[in-house]
Amino acid sequence: MSVSLVLLIVMAVLYACGIYLMLERSMTRVLLGFLLVGNATNLLIIIMAGKPGLAPIYDGETTVDEMTDPLPQALILTAIVITFAVSAFLLALIYRSWRLEREDNVEDDVDDVAMRHGENGVVAEEIDEGPVATDFSERAEAALEAELDPASETSTTPHPKGATE
Amino acid sequence: MNALVPLVVMIPLIGAALALILGKRPALQRIVTVIVLAVVLVVGVLMLIAVDTGEPLVVEVGGWAAPYGIVLIVDRLAALMVVVSAAVLLAVLVFSIGQGLADGHDETPVSIYYPTYLILATGVFNAFIAGDLFNLYVGFEILLVSSYVLITLGGTQARIRAGVTYIVVSLVSSMFFLASIAMIYGAVGTVNIAQISQRMSEIPADVQIVLHVMLLVGFGIKAAVFPLSFWLPDSYPTAPAPVTAVFAGLLTKVGVYSVIRTETVIFPGPELNTFLMIVALLTMVVGVLGAVAQADIKRLLSFTLVSHIGFMILGVSLGSAIGTAAAIYYIVHHIVVQTTLFLATGLIERQGGSTSINKLGGLLAASPVIAILFFLPALNLGGIPPFSGFIGKLALFEASAEQGSPLAYVLIGAGALVSLLTLYALVRVWNLAFWRGADEVDGYESELLTNLSEAPHGVSVKKSRTTPRLMVGATAAMVALGVALTVFAGPLYGIAARAGENLEGPSFYVDIVFPDGVPAIGEGGK
Repeated sequence: MSVSLVLLIVMAVLYACGIYLMLERSMTRVLLGFLLVGNATNLLIIIMAGKPGLAPIYDGETTVDEMTDPLPQALILTAIVITFAVSAFLLALIYRSWRLEREDNVEDDVDDVAMRHGENGVVAEEIDEGPVATDFSERAEAALEAELDPASETSTTPHPKGATE
Repeated sequence: MNALVPLVVMIPLIGAALALILGKRPALQRIVTVIVLAVVLVVGVLMLIAVDTGEPLVVEVGGWAAPYGIVLIVDRLAALMVVVSAAVLLAVLVFSIGQGLADGHDETPVSIYYPTYLILATGVFNAFIAGDLFNLYVGFEILLVSSYVLITLGGTQARIRAGVTYIVVSLVSSMFFLASIAMIYGAVGTVNIAQISQRMSEIPADVQIVLHVMLLVGFGIKAAVFPLSFWLPDSYPTAPAPVTAVFAGLLTKVGVYSVIRTETVIFPGPELNTFLMIVALLTMVVGVLGAVAQADIKRLLSFTLVSHIGFMILGVSLGSAIGTAAAIYYIVHHIVVQTTLFLATGLIERQGGSTSINKLGGLLAASPVIAILFFLPALNLGGIPPFSGFIGKLALFEASAEQGSPLAYVLIGAGALVSLLTLYALVRVWNLAFWRGADEVDGYESELLTNLSEAPHGVSVKKSRTTPRLMVGATAAMVALGVALTVFAGPLYGIAARAGENLEGPSFYVDIVFPDGVPAIGEGGK
């Protein structure tokens, strides 16, 4: 099987940059990293198709040896569609996260942090739900207010009022 | 009978489209969803009977012959998994309908919940019947993308936070899987599992190991095998109760199912068996130690879920027909019992207003029904005779003893210890949440509660919500199913044993796909 060196190098660079970005805290960078890694994987599939050739259409003249392998291209198409859908969902998630707390960082598990500091867990906060909230945005707001540390809130607190689901 | 095979994917997919169209008419939507899953359950049972008494079903999609087209394969293992998944999906659906009706759907928004749920079902069934590696990948992606939607349902901050971990980890595992498909294609020139199995023996051993490990890492993350299980206890407990239940029951098992296929068909050799046994040991022990330290029932159950994945990996790693059979029986048992426990925890949360054993008390007096619905599956999971958990563990230990290596005996000891610790964790929940009086909760001092880790973002739920009969009924049906696994253990274990025999070596699987012999290299593929 012959392999194009250029494709191989591009794939390696894409993987390296993608993995680096995915290790970042910022969700947007994780998304970009995911896109790079996804494209690197598509290149890997292309590389595995072997040497390039003519379109695999049976016309009586082209021999099998001259044709390119069509299957990896079908696989890549499927993979691209899946990557596309997942990126759209991730974007929506980032936007939601930004509306809730004006940042898009991946947060630590609070329990892990507590354990690191040698505490026996986190005291759970009680919420007075008040009137039964059936609307999503209200529930999100209630959860948000419960989440925010009273010391650090005040001016930067966002109010996702009118958020429509 | 072959006509039934595509139906398990087609029906939920069409049902999802129908449910989406009916978004404005919740009552109709619920009826459609229930009917769809009930029909799939019937189809699954018919397939299981047909496969167990006759030949496996093979469908060449679109009429394209095997190595060129996509094949769908239903053998005993696939049929059994389809039946159990359909039953569990149906029960959890009824549970969530009950919850939705009672709460005005603030946890489960009608317009997207039911269609997404059906697409999740589509993905699960597609993964079980896939006869080629890329179709398996597509099945995984379908179920993962719908699980992303379900785990972030409602978009509260806690769920977004947990969802991000889950999604990023799942994406990485999918990329591992896709990259290993690409490399396997490069090595053997096909994605058809049966043909891969035939050609893999001609590949150099060192290349085989690389491909094998890459596939196992991809599946291992999905199956939550230590050390790739870190994401699970963090992300599952924040989702709504029915979603957690169905995730815990089904999604990790699809990963285990793929590991079984990998180990029995694609790489049937014993190269990595010792490695898998060590991984199984660590998964069991580390998982249960996490469970013992938790005060929150949902988190505790998530850790026991990880721990018991180790038992299934143990069965697979033995590399014998009886080991695989025991693993299959254990998967069936665990899908049912783990889902039941999460549903029962959903009921506890409604009745007691919390899932932390620091705050619960007096539930036995308040609701004896919920107490029974929690107690039976808890004993079952801990492996108390005569329940199915005991039968499954006994079969696994017998298979290990038959294998007879020192490591196998270490695993038997670890397995017994893990069962006891599981029982300890669950009985502590019973003692504190059910047995202890409601008036004793404040200022309760006990050795049992010191050094327990409380759930982050622990939010107290309003008490005295009604517990609808539909929810209790669905949970009771699951408990009954768990008991039925014990009562009908004979026939069920028979199916599992025959499935295990079929999976001893790849020849059975290859023969059903290529009854007239495998096309020689050069004829198929490149």
